[in-house]
Amino acid sequence: MTGIQLFTYFAFLVAFIAILRKVLRYATAPESMRWELYPVPHEKGRAEYGGSYFEELDWWTKERETDLFNELKEMFSEIVFLKGIFHHNKKVWNSSFPFHFGLYMTIGWLVLLMTGGILEAFFGMTVDSQGGFFSTAVYYLTIPLGFGGLALAGLGAFGLFIWRSTDKTQKKFNAPIDFFNLIAFTVTAAVALAASIMYDPTFSFLRSYTGSLLTFSAISSPNVLLTAEIILLAFLTLLIPITKMSHFVAKYFLYHSVRWNDQNNERGSKIEKNILELLNKQVGWSADHIRTGKTWGEVITEPKNEEK
Amino acid sequence: MKKNDIDVKEFGKKVDQLFELNVEDLPKLPYPYEDWVDKVYPDVSEARKESTDISLDGILNVAVPKIEDAEEKAKMVANFLEGLKKLLSKEDNWTFLKPFLLSLDNCVGCNTCSGACPVFEESGEVDIYRPLFRSEILRRIIKKYNSPMGTITAKISGHDIELNWELIARLAQLAYRCTLCRRCAQTCPMGVDNGLISREIRKLFSMELGISPQELHEDGTIKQLETGSSTGLSPVALMDLMEFAEEDITDRTGLEHKFPFDKSGADILLIHNAGEFLSWPENLEAFAILFDIAGLSWTLSSEQVGYDSVNYGLFYDDAQYAKVTLKHAEIAKKLGVRKVVLGECGHAHKATMAIGDKVWVGESNIPRESCLVTMEDIVMNEKVMVDPERNNFPVTYHDPCNVTRSMGIVEPQRRVLRKICPQFREMTPHGVDNYCCGGGSGFAIMQSHNFPEWKLQISGRKKFRQILEAFTKEELDPGVRKYVCAPCSNCKGQIRDLLTYYEAWDRCQILYGGLVELIINCMVDVREGYIEWDDFH
Ligand code: SF4
Ligand code: SF4
Repeated sequence: MTGIQLFTYFAFLVAFIAILRKVLRYATAPESMRWELYPVPHEKGRAEYGGSYFEELDWWTKERETDLFNELKEMFSEIVFLKGIFHHNKKVWNSSFPFHFGLYMTIGWLVLLMTGGILEAFFGMTVDSQGGFFSTAVYYLTIPLGFGGLALAGLGAFGLFIWRSTDKTQKKFNAPIDFFNLIAFTVTAAVALAASIMYDPTFSFLRSYTGSLLTFSAISSPNVLLTAEIILLAFLTLLIPITKMSHFVAKYFLYHSVRWNDQNNERGSKIEKNILELLNKQVGWSADHIRTGKTWGEVITEPKNEEK
Repeated sequence: MKKNDIDVKEFGKKVDQLFELNVEDLPKLPYPYEDWVDKVYPDVSEARKESTDISLDGILNVAVPKIEDAEEKAKMVANFLEGLKKLLSKEDNWTFLKPFLLSLDNCVGCNTCSGACPVFEESGEVDIYRPLFRSEILRRIIKKYNSPMGTITAKISGHDIELNWELIARLAQLAYRCTLCRRCAQTCPMGVDNGLISREIRKLFSMELGISPQELHEDGTIKQLETGSSTGLSPVALMDLMEFAEEDITDRTGLEHKFPFDKSGADILLIHNAGEFLSWPENLEAFAILFDIAGLSWTLSSEQVGYDSVNYGLFYDDAQYAKVTLKHAEIAKKLGVRKVVLGECGHAHKATMAIGDKVWVGESNIPRESCLVTMEDIVMNEKVMVDPERNNFPVTYHDPCNVTRSMGIVEPQRRVLRKICPQFREMTPHGVDNYCCGGGSGFAIMQSHNFPEWKLQISGRKKFRQILEAFTKEELDPGVRKYVCAPCSNCKGQIRDLLTYYEAWDRCQILYGGLVELIINCMVDVREGYIEWDDFH
């Protein structure tokens, strides 16, 4: 194992743990009160204007009609095109969209590198322009995704950096860490592009490198620039989940368990069971009007006069 | 500090007042108010200044007692940090922990939310009113004082903040410069809800430090639970009022109606905001006429709390909220009704239907419905006959945030308006994108000190602008009578105060009222003229 390989493993391990921690932080939070925000895209026939099933007479007696396709469509346009920010903050979207789109392409590129690495390491195939259909497709797709993704992400990050440093209002809410993150992206993209153009234009080295990680076999980098590229890419892999840049995890929960969560509580339901359990928790709040130390169930029931 | 350039870091700065509002900075209003000159914010009385901190912006709606003693100050800081722990705990804040954490963790500081906030915009863009400003303060405090190695990471990340008594006192006030309208949340690319964060800050202050606006707590939930209504209306006084209301119905319409009370087994328990009984009896009278003529089986409750759908706990305190809503549930269960219908009150809709969804559990889970839906059924299915010509005047509609953005009830009321008001037109924007009336989160009932000026000049300015812009120049002529339909007691209170402050009745003949009054006004079974144009109140 070489040093850069060990660092890459380390980066992926840290990233995995950090993401898992975030997922658990939200997934294990208790059943909360409803707090949806309209429009909710799975409201069949109503999502367009922001309506809900509460618009029905005797809504609890009606079959709930949901529109999964519309929800997926909404997710797609938010994830891929950043629809929200396009409508509400074009200035940021101009950089944020290429940045995010570039990142998606870069992730696609990494997946293809890994696929190529697997084909070479485990199936003895050669991923190049002369191989079979699948390996040739992998070969040809890797190149535009890699260059396009890195260029767009780098430009986007640079654009966001300029916006953060020049916008007067923005200055108040920026922190050095925000700049550090954007610089890290810009520099990584620039180094990766330079290394690839000069020494690895078809990404054959990176493919072998990925393969070596999967087979746990040693590989060393042929030159400093490629070494720098790998270290920087691994560093970003580590950096994203431990900073605010991992907001994709929270965004998933924010949309699905808060904003769009219009699931109603029915008698005998799991929600009801959860709530009844939570009502047994002790209340620690200590303002005078709260009977501290009692359970929630007791605190929210007005005491009879003699208990007051 | 008097300039509008305040950094989050400086929020606890030891100065008499962090920011001074100036009416000259307020954005200009449209026709015919181009030359409107706003009243200068009155000063809080000297006695009040002695006892209460107003060091945020000189405005007073939540009274934070002034403390001089250093030890006392340190104690309050410690108590605040205790409260913060509880706000982040699964035991003490299971009710909102998930949405709170999600909003807390994920702001990228892009400021998109500021563009959506009517308070920020109509204040002339006062920095401390930015939706992310108060959230950022809380976020930094949590990171520094509630995380391992927080002091070091605060320094390294550049997001440092110094927690002191001054900061805490101002944070309490800043939480009450937000109407909880959640318009900012709709535009945030991350889905962060700064409205929720304001609410959670309010909750910490109320549930741990016992600090909350008097109108919401002592004169709000406490009074409601003790006397039956936050208006102070007892069951006995209610009965007297209803007698008067029955006579009033006869005077207005020539019809005889008795209000049904405590009818066991009725199909519907109708619960009004008790503010209607005192300020707008024509609203509950209209409901009685409509439900009777449509042949509905319905009842009101005369039991304490059962005749007042208000639940101010929604705005500041989970325990107070739950106590009130559980009383409503208990009364509905006792009466054995098939469903509860919420009258024209937006926050009561949200408190009872959306948030109440997980509080009305087990046997108490009696279905709840919006009166807007019930009215749609009556009008659209012709259970009453209407003559829209009687409503042939310009009408616009204000969407209460709680009914629309938080619950998705958008179209039923519009279908009714399109049918019964030939000159109905929308405000821009409307529906789920609407602007708050400026009286949200309890502001409508906060009438003391210099807060009324703030809520009329700043938080309500956008709504007044929207109202004016809903009508053409010709229609704004005082010779043309116009109607703003707002099916919510609190919104109506705020709109009444807006129209009064801006002299809009005298200058433009703009009247306001609910939806049910418009229905009765055009019902063929009711004598013409239910809406009394010359009785602006
Ligand atoms: S729009 Fe959202 S992410 Fe951007 S500053 Fe406001 S709360 Fe933060
Ligand atoms: S909830 Fe409304 S008033 Fe409060 S910050 Fe957001 S937009 Fe502004």
